[in-house]
Amino acid sequence: MAELMYREALNQALAEEMERDANVFLIGEEVGRYNGAFKVSLGLLDRFGSARIIDAPISELGFAGLGVGAAMVGLRPVVEMMTWNFAILAMDQIVNNAAKLRHMSGGQLRCPIVFRGPGGAGGRLSSQHSQALEANYAHFPGLKVIAPATPADAKGMLKSAIRDENPVIMFEGERLYAIKGEVPEGEHVVPIGKADVKREGKDVSIITWSRMYYFCEEAAKQLEQEGISVEILDLRTLRPLDEEAILATVRKTNRVVIVEEGWALAGVGASVVDIIQSKAFDDLDAPVVRVTGLDVNMSYAANLENATQPDAPKIIDAVKKVLYREGA
Amino acid sequence: MASQYSKELLLTMYRKMYLIRRFEERTDQQYKQGKIAGFCHLYIGQEAVAVGPNEAIRPDDYMLSAYRDHGQPLARGSDPGMVMAELFGRSTGYSKGKGGSMHIFDIEHHFYGGYGIVGAQIPLAAGMAFASRYRNEDRVTVCYFGDAAANQGSFHETFNMAAKWKLPVIYICENNRYGMGTAIGRVAAVPEIHKRAAAYNMRGEAVDGMDCLKMYEAVKDAAEYCRAGKGPVLLEANTYRFRGHSVVDPASYRKKEEVEEERKNDPIPKLREYTLKKKLATEAEFEAIDEEVKAQVDAAVKFADESPEPSLDELWRDTIVEPGEEDVRPRERVLGMKVKWPSYPSGQELKVTWDLEPREHAEREDKKAGLAR
Ligand SMILES: Cc1ncc(C[n+]2csc(CCOP(=O)(O)OP(=O)(O)O)c2C)c(N)n1
Repeated sequence: MAELMYREALNQALAEEMERDANVFLIGEEVGRYNGAFKVSLGLLDRFGSARIIDAPISELGFAGLGVGAAMVGLRPVVEMMTWNFAILAMDQIVNNAAKLRHMSGGQLRCPIVFRGPGGAGGRLSSQHSQALEANYAHFPGLKVIAPATPADAKGMLKSAIRDENPVIMFEGERLYAIKGEVPEGEHVVPIGKADVKREGKDVSIITWSRMYYFCEEAAKQLEQEGISVEILDLRTLRPLDEEAILATVRKTNRVVIVEEGWALAGVGASVVDIIQSKAFDDLDAPVVRVTGLDVNMSYAANLENATQPDAPKIIDAVKKVLYREGA
Repeated sequence: MASQYSKELLLTMYRKMYLIRRFEERTDQQYKQGKIAGFCHLYIGQEAVAVGPNEAIRPDDYMLSAYRDHGQPLARGSDPGMVMAELFGRSTGYSKGKGGSMHIFDIEHHFYGGYGIVGAQIPLAAGMAFASRYRNEDRVTVCYFGDAAANQGSFHETFNMAAKWKLPVIYICENNRYGMGTAIGRVAAVPEIHKRAAAYNMRGEAVDGMDCLKMYEAVKDAAEYCRAGKGPVLLEANTYRFRGHSVVDPASYRKKEEVEEERKNDPIPKLREYTLKKKLATEAEFEAIDEEVKAQVDAAVKFADESPEPSLDELWRDTIVEPGEEDVRPRERVLGMKVKWPSYPSGQELKVTWDLEPREHAEREDKKAGLAR
C-alpha cells in the first residue's frame, strides 16, 4: 500500500471518480491552473481539461448555486470551497436549495453534489479563518456531513460522497493535508454513516473526528503509560450519526469523553451526549465530559490560539475526570 | 393585413393566459375561504410574461422561477388540478403538499421549481445551462426573477459567470415595478434592469411584458442566440401585477389611478382583440375557450378539495435519496398516466467535448508544445 499525504489521497479519489464518470466535474477558486489553493487538484486540469476542472471567480454563492443547478439535471459536481470560512457566503445555496430540493419537489428532484474544502483552526490566521463549522451543516436534514481524519478515509469517503445521490458536505482538515498514511490503491470506498474504532481500549471511550483524532491518539498513548486503556471512536460522518457505534463503545467502556474542535454550544458533541444519555444512561459510570474549543473567537497571538483549542493535556484531564482519577 | 402568427399559436397563448387568470382568481377565493394558507403570490396581470416565452421555446427546455410560480407551470402544461392540490397542501399535489404555493415543481414538463428565497434560483439556472453545454445539448434554460431580485448578490455573481462562460440561459426579469411594497426606483441605482447586462458584456433588452407576442418574439430570438452558443440574454419584461404582492396585501402603497391606468394594458383582451382584428378567430370561438377553461378550473378546485391530506409517514420521505430509490413522477403517482421522465447520459455514454476557456486553453497547449507567444 502506498503511503500518501491526505491531499494526495483526495487527489487520487477525484481523479479516479472523474475517470470513472464523465458527469463528475470540479469547480472552485484556483482549482485549475493554480492546482488548488491546498494542491488537492494538482495536475487535474492537464488531465481533464477546462470543461471539467473549472476555475471559478470569487463568487461562493454563485458557483455553489451553479453546482446545485447542474446536479438537478444529472451532473455530479464537486464544489471546492477554498475554506469553509468562505462557504458561509454560499450557505443559502447549500442549505436553502441543495438540502431542500428533494423535499420541496415531493421526491421529483435529486441533488448529487459534493461541497468540500478545508475546515478548522490553526496557522495564526485569527478569527475569520479559524473555525470548525461542521456543526452548522450537521444541523440540516437533507445534507450528509463527513469529516475524515486519515488519508485512507479521506480517499474512501470522497469516493462515496461523489457517488452519493444526496448533497454531501465534506470537511477536510486544513492542518491535515500534509499528514501521511497508508492508502489502498484503486477502488477503496469507505461508506458514509459508519464510524470507526481507531483504537481499541477498555477503560474509557473518546469520541471524536477529523484533526482532533490526532490529539486523542497522543493523549491515549500517554494515558497508556499510566495504565489507562483508551478506546477512540472516530465518527467520520457527522450526519447521519452512527448511533450503533456510539452506543457500542459506551457499553464497552462505560465512560465517555467527547473531543470537538468547534464551540460547545449546539455542537455535534452535544447531540452525541443526547444519544448517550437517552439510550445508554444506565451504562454510564460517570457523566460524559466534553472537550471543545473555548467559547471565544480565535486570536492571532500564538499562546491565545493554542489555549483556545483542545489539545492532548486537556483530553488527558478529561479522561481522568471521567475515571475519577486524581489530577483532574 | 395578414398576421404572421398562426391561429393555433394565438389561441394556444390566449387559452393559457386565460387559464392562468381564472386559476389565480379561484386561488384568491380559495385562500380567502381558508383552503389555501402560507404565502401565496398571484400572477394576475403578468400572464403574458409566462405564456409568450413558453411558446417560443421547446417543451424540453428548462424553466424555473421564484415564489410567484403558478403561472409558468400552467403555461408549460402542468395539470391545474395537481397545482391546485399543491396549494391546498394535499397528497395529490405536485410535491405531495410538501412545497405549497411557493414551490411548484413539475420535472416532467421541465419546470424546475419555484424558490422562496429572493434571487436564489438565478445561480441554479446557470448550473442547468452549464449542464446543457457540458453534455453538448442545445437546450436553453429560462429563468424568471423579480426586479427586486436583481439587487441580490446572486444576480451579479451569476451574470458574471454566465456571460464569461457563454451559458445558454435566458434570464427574464419580471419588472412589475415593486418588490413587496418598495418601488424599484427607491432601492435600485439602475432601475432599468436590462441595462445592467452591459456590465457583463452581455445582451440585455427591455420588452413590453404586457404583450404576449412581444414576449414570444423576444424569447424566440434570445433562444436562437443562446443555442448558437453566443451566451446568455437578459430580458427585462416590463409588466405589472394587478394585485398586491401576496393575497393578503391590499397594496395601499400604490395609487388607485396607477393601477387603473395599468389595467388598460391587460394582456389578455389585448391578444383577443388582435386575433379578432386579424380575423383568425371569432367571438364565439373565444367564448367557447373561456367556458372550457372555467370548467377546467372548477374541476381543478374540486379535485384539490376532494383530495386527501398527505399521510403522516410522508414526513419521513423525500429528504434523503435512499440507495436505489426512484424519483417520484407526480402524474404517474396521482393520475396513473405514463409519463416521459427526463433521463441523463451515464458517465460512460457522456463525452465532454466543450472547452470552457478555448483561447486560454489554446495558449496553454501552445506553451506545452514549446511555441512562444
Ligand atoms: C432573501 C429574501 N429576502 C426577503 C424575502 C421576503 N420577500 C419575499 S418577496 C419579496 C419582494 C421581491 O420582489 P421581486 O423580486 O420584485 O418579485 P415580485 O414579488 O415583484 O414578483 C421580499 C422582500 C425573501 N423571500 N427572501
